[in-house]
Order: sequence, then C-alpha cells, then structure tokens
Amino acid sequence: MTPLAGYLLVAALLFSIGLAGALTRRNAILVLIGIELMLNAANLNLIAFWRYGPHPELLTGMIFAIFSIAVAAAEAAVGLGLVIQIHRHAKTTDLDQMNRMKG
Amino acid sequence: MSLVFYILAALTIAGALAAVLLKNTVHCALALTVAFAGLAFLFLNLDAQFAGFAQIMVYIGAVAILVVFAILLTKNSETPKDGVFSHTWLVGLLVAAAVFAMLSWAILQSVSRLPQAMPAPTVTVLQIGEALIGRYALPLEIVAVLLTVALIGAVIVAMHEKEGIQ
Repeated sequence: MTPLAGYLLVAALLFSIGLAGALTRRNAILVLIGIELMLNAANLNLIAFWRYGPHPELLTGMIFAIFSIAVAAAEAAVGLGLVIQIHRHAKTTDLDQMNRMKG
Repeated sequence: MSLVFYILAALTIAGALAAVLLKNTVHCALALTVAFAGLAFLFLNLDAQFAGFAQIMVYIGAVAILVVFAILLTKNSETPKDGVFSHTWLVGLLVAAAVFAMLSWAILQSVSRLPQAMPAPTVTVLQIGEALIGRYALPLEIVAVLLTVALIGAVIVAMHEKEGIQ
C-alpha cells in the first residue's frame, strides 16, 4: 500500500466516525464535535494530496487546508454560540426534544 | 508506511472514537483534543509544518477551549440518565458505515494509480507568506472578513438579552 492510500484510509475512517457521531448523538454539542471531526478529515486529505501530488511547490493543498482551518474555527464559534442561546431559550441541548421552529 | 504513521493513525482514530462514544460530555471534549493532537502530528509527519502548528494553535488552543466552555455553560458536564444516543441511531450508524465502505472501496480501487512516495518538499514559512499575500491575497482578505463577521455574530447570538432591552 502506498503512503498516500494509508492517509486517505485514515481520513475516510475519521470522516465516517465524525458522521456517525453527528447522526447518532442527542447532545447538540456532540453533533458539532462530529462536524469538526469531518472537517479535520477533509483537511488531512488536502494535506496528503499536497504532499504526494505532482507539484507541492505550488502550495495549493496546504493553503486550502489553512483556509479551511480558519473557516472551521468561525463555524465552531457560531455553532457553539447558537447552542448556548438555544439552551438559554429552551433549557435543553437535547436534539430529540427540539421539535419546534416556533419560539 | 512507517511505524510512526501507524502509531499516529491509531492515536487519532482512538481519540475520535472516544469523542463520539463516551457518555460524559467533558470526557468527549478531552478525547476530541487527543484526536486534534493526533491530526496535528499527522500533518507534521506529512512535512506540512505550518499547517500542523496552525492546527495545534487553532484547534487545541481555541476550538477545544470553546467546546469545553459551551459544555460548562449549558450544564452538560454530568452524564445524562436516559441514554446519549438519538432514537434514530441505527439509521445514522448505517449511513456512516455505508459512507466508509464506499470511500474505502474507491481508495482501494485506485491504489495502483495513486502517486508513489515522493521526495519531501522543502517549504519555508517565507514561501507560504509570499503565496498568501501574492497569489492567494483575495481569499486571505475574504477569510479575514469572514472571521470578523463570524466572531461578531457569535458574540451577538450568545449575548444575554435583558428583559426590556431590545
């Protein structure tokens, strides 16, 4: 197995673990944790393809991953702010109990 | 495939599994930090030093702290009594397993066409900085605006509104 295939398999497994966490957990914060794991798996793919691709000196994959890290940080801040506000409003972070759009 | 890769991959996967499987939410956040650290070391192992240290600073330094603060502010630190998994957990697990099966099938089908081991690229921080302010100047500006907007938005969304103050 080539090194690139190993990294891609680790990223695929990490993405699936994050997806399983986002789809099965009841706590909204744990769903956000699953989404963060999926974003990180995508970053690992970008870095691995940059390292083993034909033109690493162009830095395309690495810069893409750095921008992706910045966007993921913004996403985490907004997502956790929303969870805190929902908890203040509905007194729960259990997604099974959040079944109304109306305040 | 070196031994270092296997150790780091096992650390990352174990941290991620613990983050989605543990019952106590604070333990989940700590396991998530382990997974982030494993990923940062994988980046370093891939000769992407800048991305590895950015991962350590942004994820272990900021995102993990944010997650812990959100857990403590929403009083989630104790283990819930009535299960931690949604009642549709089986569907979610099946979807995730199907996604992993398809991704790994695609990777294993294309192993022979993937590039073989390459010499390590030498990338200095100077080159990354020149790329950021040269070729990628517009995305850098857009990310700066996005971060500002997102942080102001997060503060406004999470701000406590007193009664009578609009």
